[in-house]
Amino acid sequence: MAAGGWFDRLTSGMLKTRENLTGRLKGALSRSAPGSNEFWEEVEESLISADVGVAATTSIVEEVRREAREQGMTALDELTGALKRHIAASLGSRAAVDVARGEGSLAVLVVGVNGTGKTTTIAKLARQARENGLKVILAAADTFRAAAIEQLEEWGRRVGCDVVKHERGADPAAVVYDALQAARARGIDRVFIDTAGRLHTYVNLMEELKKVKRVAERESQGRIATLLVMDATTGQNGIAQAKLFDEALSVDAIVLTKLDGTAKGGIVVAIEQDLGIPVGYVGVGETAEDLHSFDPQEFAAALIGSEAAEIAS
Amino acid sequence: MFDSLSGRIQGIFKKLRGKGHLTEADVDAVMREVRLALLEADVNFKVVKSFVARVRERCVGGEVLESLTPAQQVIKVVDEELTALMGGSAATLTLAPRPPTVIMVAGLQGSGKTTACAKLAYHLKKQGRQPLLVACDVYRPAAIDQLEALGSEMNAPVWRRDGTDVVEIARSGISRANEIGADVVIIDTAGRLHVDKEMMDEVARLRDEVKPHQILLVVDAMTGQDAVNVAVAFQERLDFDGVILTKLDGDARGGAALSVKAVTGKPVKFASLGEKIDSLGVFYPDRMASRILGMGDVLTLIEKAEASMDQKRAAELEEKLRAAQFTFDDFLDQMQQVREMGPISQLVSMVPGLEKLAGKGVALEEKDLERIEAIIRSMTPQERANPQVISGSRRARIAEGSGTTTGQVNQLLKQFAATRKMMKQMGKMAKRGKGRGMPMGMPPFGA
Repeated sequence: MAAGGWFDRLTSGMLKTRENLTGRLKGALSRSAPGSNEFWEEVEESLISADVGVAATTSIVEEVRREAREQGMTALDELTGALKRHIAASLGSRAAVDVARGEGSLAVLVVGVNGTGKTTTIAKLARQARENGLKVILAAADTFRAAAIEQLEEWGRRVGCDVVKHERGADPAAVVYDALQAARARGIDRVFIDTAGRLHTYVNLMEELKKVKRVAERESQGRIATLLVMDATTGQNGIAQAKLFDEALSVDAIVLTKLDGTAKGGIVVAIEQDLGIPVGYVGVGETAEDLHSFDPQEFAAALIGSEAAEIAS
Repeated sequence: MFDSLSGRIQGIFKKLRGKGHLTEADVDAVMREVRLALLEADVNFKVVKSFVARVRERCVGGEVLESLTPAQQVIKVVDEELTALMGGSAATLTLAPRPPTVIMVAGLQGSGKTTACAKLAYHLKKQGRQPLLVACDVYRPAAIDQLEALGSEMNAPVWRRDGTDVVEIARSGISRANEIGADVVIIDTAGRLHVDKEMMDEVARLRDEVKPHQILLVVDAMTGQDAVNVAVAFQERLDFDGVILTKLDGDARGGAALSVKAVTGKPVKFASLGEKIDSLGVFYPDRMASRILGMGDVLTLIEKAEASMDQKRAAELEEKLRAAQFTFDDFLDQMQQVREMGPISQLVSMVPGLEKLAGKGVALEEKDLERIEAIIRSMTPQERANPQVISGSRRARIAEGSGTTTGQVNQLLKQFAATRKMMKQMGKMAKRGKGRGMPMGMPPFGA
């Protein structure tokens, strides 16, 4: 994926907060020396304000502080560089799946809480997969929400791929079964499965999703990837979301959407640290091209502010 | 996920036991925990900062330090300050003197606007109003179909028009309301990013042209630190009147509600608590304070219990609780009433401490309740009234009769004995009669 464009959009979105880390650190520097307590407090507050969370922030800052002390780093660019490295390293522990290209998975199960952008993400992935020469169909397994099937059908028309559907209220597992049967019969490469948004705390709805995955796993002979779609505005509850969806379904990667606002999506740092679930894609806009493979370096740079990234690189 | 704040503060004070009085340093330790709890609940860090400073001031001002029960006092101060910050008592929806009252609903994509509009219409319908839903989300595919489907489910009219001129759609919707005698018009708008100038211009224009009586901003309870940026941006362009807080039925603490109130001064008016159309309710700031603190939404639970519980039986139960004559029959009766109140997963989040229990891998599920019920049903009337008579051989019989193990029967007997003991203590506390008690120490299954 071309880096320049999305990185610019990512940073321009984040810059809009007028409070990127670099600006704050410069402010802190004018009042105190880099490496002073006040300086590190500013760093902590910036990460917390990006939704990284108290626990992950504390551990990152402690590590960077120790490194700075041991290596005698005092200049701003050294310190922000170290910070960026630590964040990127903590995000890049495991490579995520790429579902928009290659043989890989036949079925791609897309799950998440309500309103995170599952259907839009599917449309974007489907378009990219088609552009990469794959034969794609969509499975309308959100049979709960009013007009969800119509929404997916509209996307199917725009993207140019068929949608396998039942009527509203039908068993989502049955939709998935039919979609994968159709895929095998027609030599389809990729089936993107749209599921109903659900809060991770509803045990029965999570059980329903487990059943959907069991069917998809069986009918795809285990060639399945599960993506959890998470909104960048999500706060600390993102950890609970990731934990419970992962326990129920074993999540392969997170899709972080809506990064084109002012939210920074720092919760994925905490999730990776706590649960080891990598980020696969980030969404930075409305069009299909605005969904990008995740790059830990660039994300870390955007998280701590682009100026800092420039200084550090 | 998180330890409750009250639990943490009690932990700190436990360490301090034996000390004659508290120092300012002790208060600082507690304030660190308060800060952490609020940040974990997604309250914006700036709001947290000023809040903690204020609470600290009150705590060192004598009212806590000289108290005999400092832990409770600190929690009380935090609770009071939070409630005050959230806006005190429940805010209401102001209706226009001359109908129709026009309500415009706006917010980010995916915050739950369309569903909230439908739920609000249902809420107003139940109060005898005649709502008309107007579909002004002309961008998201099938958004209008969604509103129409929700409208027809509850038998409320939906106004839709082709094209993308939202001002025209809204205007014609209001004329339509006059024609059909609808007294409330609810305008569903497209989701938009607060930094999207074009889209913010559109919604501001809609506001200027249509002049709604009320503008409600929809905020997802799971929103993190960014809630303040969103709220301030919508405040600047729309000057909204209140907030609908959605997706509160999950386990998010909902600190965003506090942030929005703190930076805009606008109250949360409604909260949405479930998948069903009837799950929108009036928002109670004091209950939200308890939720953010991790003390459980005891008041909502009690209200739910009152709604589904026979008043006379409740009075009888209260008497039994006080006298500690609670039997397995009462327990069974209670359990069935609790289960009538709704899905157990939803109730769990409302009972303080239960979530913590669930966190330790003791997830309380329907099947656990079924097992407990089976065990009690395998007891004789005498055993239910006097659990003391249950000997080893009786335990084996009960286990066999209920398809469980003796271990499970033992566990239930032990829990029951503990519950009874706790109730006895609560009975004593209640007799002492102290104003608004802290919602701590609810019995595991009672209400």
